[in-house]
Amino acid sequence: MRKVYLDNAASTSLLPEVREAMLPYLGEMFGNPSSLHDWGDGAREALDEAREKVAGLVGGEPEEIIFTSGGTESNNFAVKGIALAQQGKGKHVVVSAIEHFSVLHSARTLEKWGFEVTEVPVDKYGAVDPEEVKRAIRKDTVLVSIMHANGEIGTIEPIKKIAKITGELKIPFHTDAVATAGTIPVNVQELGVDALSLAGSMFYGPKGTGALWLRKGVRIIPLLDGGIQEGGRRGGTENVPGIIGLGKAAEIAAARMTSRIKTMTPLRDLLLTQLPKKIEHVVVTGHPQNRLPGHASFCVEFIEGEAMLMLLNSKGIAVSSGSACTSRALKASHVLLALGLSHEIAQGSILFTLSPENTKEDIDYVLEAMPPVVDRLRQMSPLYAKFVKTGKGGK
Amino acid sequence: MPVYNETVMEHFMNPRNVGEIENPDGVGEEGNPVCGDMMTFYIKVKDNKLEDVKFKTFGCGAAIAVSSMVSEMAKGMTLEEAMKLTPAAVADKLEGLPKNKLHCSNLGAQALHEAIKNYLEKQKKGGK
Repeated sequence: MRKVYLDNAASTSLLPEVREAMLPYLGEMFGNPSSLHDWGDGAREALDEAREKVAGLVGGEPEEIIFTSGGTESNNFAVKGIALAQQGKGKHVVVSAIEHFSVLHSARTLEKWGFEVTEVPVDKYGAVDPEEVKRAIRKDTVLVSIMHANGEIGTIEPIKKIAKITGELKIPFHTDAVATAGTIPVNVQELGVDALSLAGSMFYGPKGTGALWLRKGVRIIPLLDGGIQEGGRRGGTENVPGIIGLGKAAEIAAARMTSRIKTMTPLRDLLLTQLPKKIEHVVVTGHPQNRLPGHASFCVEFIEGEAMLMLLNSKGIAVSSGSACTSRALKASHVLLALGLSHEIAQGSILFTLSPENTKEDIDYVLEAMPPVVDRLRQMSPLYAKFVKTGKGGK
Repeated sequence: MPVYNETVMEHFMNPRNVGEIENPDGVGEEGNPVCGDMMTFYIKVKDNKLEDVKFKTFGCGAAIAVSSMVSEMAKGMTLEEAMKLTPAAVADKLEGLPKNKLHCSNLGAQALHEAIKNYLEKQKKGGK
């Protein structure tokens, strides 16, 4: 059976070159970068090199990179750490309604600590209106955090325009670039942000690796108190093999980005245009143009995402869904609801996220496998039966 | 380990008794799309027994497997027996469900019970 992996938003594969680069640091190069002998020197030099590569990927300075355990830590660190460092100036934070939980729940924790949080809405494509951000900002706003792109609907946000507003008002602006860094061009100077989160497992690097880029001069309170690692901003002996892998993945991402985008975009467009043609009552979610190159997301009406995902898996196709049933909390995706979709439609969420390894044959296979899966579940669905009988219940 | 066991997967992949019954003796609906699952059960009754049971389900893998199992268990039962069918018995027969999916087994038994109640009400109105 053909195997087609289209869940790269959950995790990309680890590039063989990245694994190769890591191996010595899981072996003879075991030294602690803080140690003052040859073993330590070797690890430290490799760490410095990785730092340069990661900084290079986002157009920052090496000393502005703080290595973390991934996107979640980077987002927690930025939101809590920057807000806490500024609390003498005010206790108000602005985020968007479709942020990742690591941002939204960090903001919720700040509320428990006496901060106020404003969530700016998004339009039906999931785009934040910079004017809404401007309206949400108050005299006591000490942080704005808006994601660069949403991993569930693929929409790319107008970060530059928002940064212009925050820049004029001198409010620190953090962007969660987990979905974009290593995938599309990300340059902190061009974007005009003050902090940026990235994660290695989103661009063919190892899991448990990531970084926060923090502009020189922006104050932050550490989440992890400890030694002098990462300039005293994150204690704990560095995850050397992981960081070496992250550096290698960043180096390769920078070199291959253009060709990766070129490979994925037409395949994405094939899915976006053909799936709604092959299957009736399918809604594309996210922005039609301003979206990630390998990202095609839909809601299929009258059926539920998990069942769809399981039947596709039985045909060798790996995808994900934002339906309530697929979430541990059994709640419909906050992202899909923020677009104004009903619970019913959000239940049919399905998400295809490509890698450059995917081929046109893969997509053709999906386009062939998907309609019978949908048909089978619709034949089982009381909602579809009602729709067929009454014409009611559709979008 | 996969989320669902083999029995659940088998019922999900090959659900029994999917469909509607024309002129059913009773219909029961439970759940709603907001919470994620919705089930409709159709029954045909003969000599106080469930002669036929069919269902339509909108929902996850567990919801579909539960509906299938409920229909299979209920077929041939007397109405009294079927009213005593518990969510726990359904989940047991499926050899267990993930904790966060146990509510699906509630819906299945409830929808069947609603169909039986619907039948009994119709009987009353019919003057029998």
